[in-house]
Amino acid sequence: MDPIAKSLKSTSVSAKIERRGKLITQLCTMVIVLLVIAIFAFIASKGVAIFGQDHGSVLDFFTKTTWNPDKQDAYHRPLIGALPMIVGSFAVTLLSVIVATPFALAAAIFMVEISPKSGKKFLQPVIELLVGIPSVVYGFIGLVVIVPSVQKIAGGSGFGILAGSLVLFVMILPTITSMSVDALKAVPRYYREASLALGATRWQTTYKVVLRAGAPGIMTAVIFGMSRAFGEALAVQMVIGNAILMPTNLASPATTLTSILTMNVGNTIMGTTANNALWTLALLLLLMSLIFNIIIKYLAKRGELK
Amino acid sequence: MTQEVITAQDVHLFYGKKEALKGISLDVRQHEIMAMIGPSGCGKSTFLRCLNRMNDLINDVTITGNITLEGQNIYAPATDTVKLRKKVGMVFQQPNPFPFSIYDNVVYGLKIAGVKDRQVLDEAVETSLRAAAVWDDVKDKLDQSALALSGGQQQRVCIARVLAVKPEVILLDEPTSALDPISATQVENMLLELCSQYTMVIVTHSMQQASRISDRTAFFYQGDLIEMGKTKDIFLNPKNKKTEDYISGRFG
Repeated sequence: MDPIAKSLKSTSVSAKIERRGKLITQLCTMVIVLLVIAIFAFIASKGVAIFGQDHGSVLDFFTKTTWNPDKQDAYHRPLIGALPMIVGSFAVTLLSVIVATPFALAAAIFMVEISPKSGKKFLQPVIELLVGIPSVVYGFIGLVVIVPSVQKIAGGSGFGILAGSLVLFVMILPTITSMSVDALKAVPRYYREASLALGATRWQTTYKVVLRAGAPGIMTAVIFGMSRAFGEALAVQMVIGNAILMPTNLASPATTLTSILTMNVGNTIMGTTANNALWTLALLLLLMSLIFNIIIKYLAKRGELK
Repeated sequence: MTQEVITAQDVHLFYGKKEALKGISLDVRQHEIMAMIGPSGCGKSTFLRCLNRMNDLINDVTITGNITLEGQNIYAPATDTVKLRKKVGMVFQQPNPFPFSIYDNVVYGLKIAGVKDRQVLDEAVETSLRAAAVWDDVKDKLDQSALALSGGQQQRVCIARVLAVKPEVILLDEPTSALDPISATQVENMLLELCSQYTMVIVTHSMQQASRISDRTAFFYQGDLIEMGKTKDIFLNPKNKKTEDYISGRFG
């Protein structure tokens, strides 16, 4: 065989490297996908055990308010009323997002529309710093500063949904802000020019064009903040009071799914009813974060179509 | 008939230290189409953007000289750019409708000016879209997104959006360069219709377009205004060698 035909038919070195690189990336991706599937399958199988082998009632789980998985009711079903922590989780999440969104949006508008220079110089680093603070520090500050203040204003012990929401507010503020900044930055410059050229003021342009065009991105930011708030465990657990009671007001001790999990998971024995009940809470958390992710994907898709 | 609407005297513009306009003096007369031609980077778009102060949005720009609109210096400290831009509308190179419905696009300028009367808005939408020769294309889908239209239709909606504010002068920055030839012809015909009511300044890269639609033409080169005159004279008897070279396609 002549050398040219030979060199054409044999695989070149660069093609071999290419194939090897592709193989490595595919392997790594597969490991990650398998890991996610394994976690999901594990939590799902553990999470439904309470309804199978322990004869728990799904209806009780979502509607009853007594959480005492070791004890049984008259029908020999474990007492797994998770409503107090479900309500607690949703309450702190919604409240913190409602408080944080206006602040985050205002900061984002300032950083993108009003003063990009000082925004980049001061606000950006401050917000990045907020992200880096460990959640135990937030919880500690909440314990020392926020709980006593709530106690002074609202009475009671100070522990409760209000304190939890305020801690979460600071924790999700940077998330919502930096994602809103990205959303506003993604609004093309020519929308702003068109608006200004029609005789709009800068505020009218921001309010009527930029915010409207960036709405899907801002919604994504808010949902992302909610998903963070819903999943945060430690800081909330430190200030919410951890009483498995239906919250009657914002300043009475309550609890969330995550705080029950972190508090009790070390005190139960694998395979017991009490342990299985905790797995069910974990499954609920996982499903919620899945739902948040689906909403984010949906919003992103709708934003692209426009 | 030869009343000056815009007069520019010795306009210099600097981006930082770089001089982009080197003393431009020209006037735009009422109800004429003034074309500005020249190679890329010659300053014609920059000059156009001086006329409604869009260059204010760019950092580090210095402008000297005088530009008056109906006798008022638009660079006077007391000038309200919001009011100025209502009088001097602008159409951009890329069709840039807002990601709203066609209706909301056309009424945008009126709504921000505080017009709330539904009937006034409805009428403005129809007259503006008719004037922009796009009414028949869109009358059945006013509530649909303007982004679903073709490029030519989008550009005409953008022109309707400007017309709705009832400006006196319309600045057009290469309005057809992103459009196919058929859409471009439709936009050109529409501009010819409009010039009985509006004063227009158009920047264009197409010399055929300049010769087809404009009354007068100004040729820019490297920040200087080389020659200005009746379009016919510029194209048939250019006085300056550079103008002649450019329009005959020897450079640029």
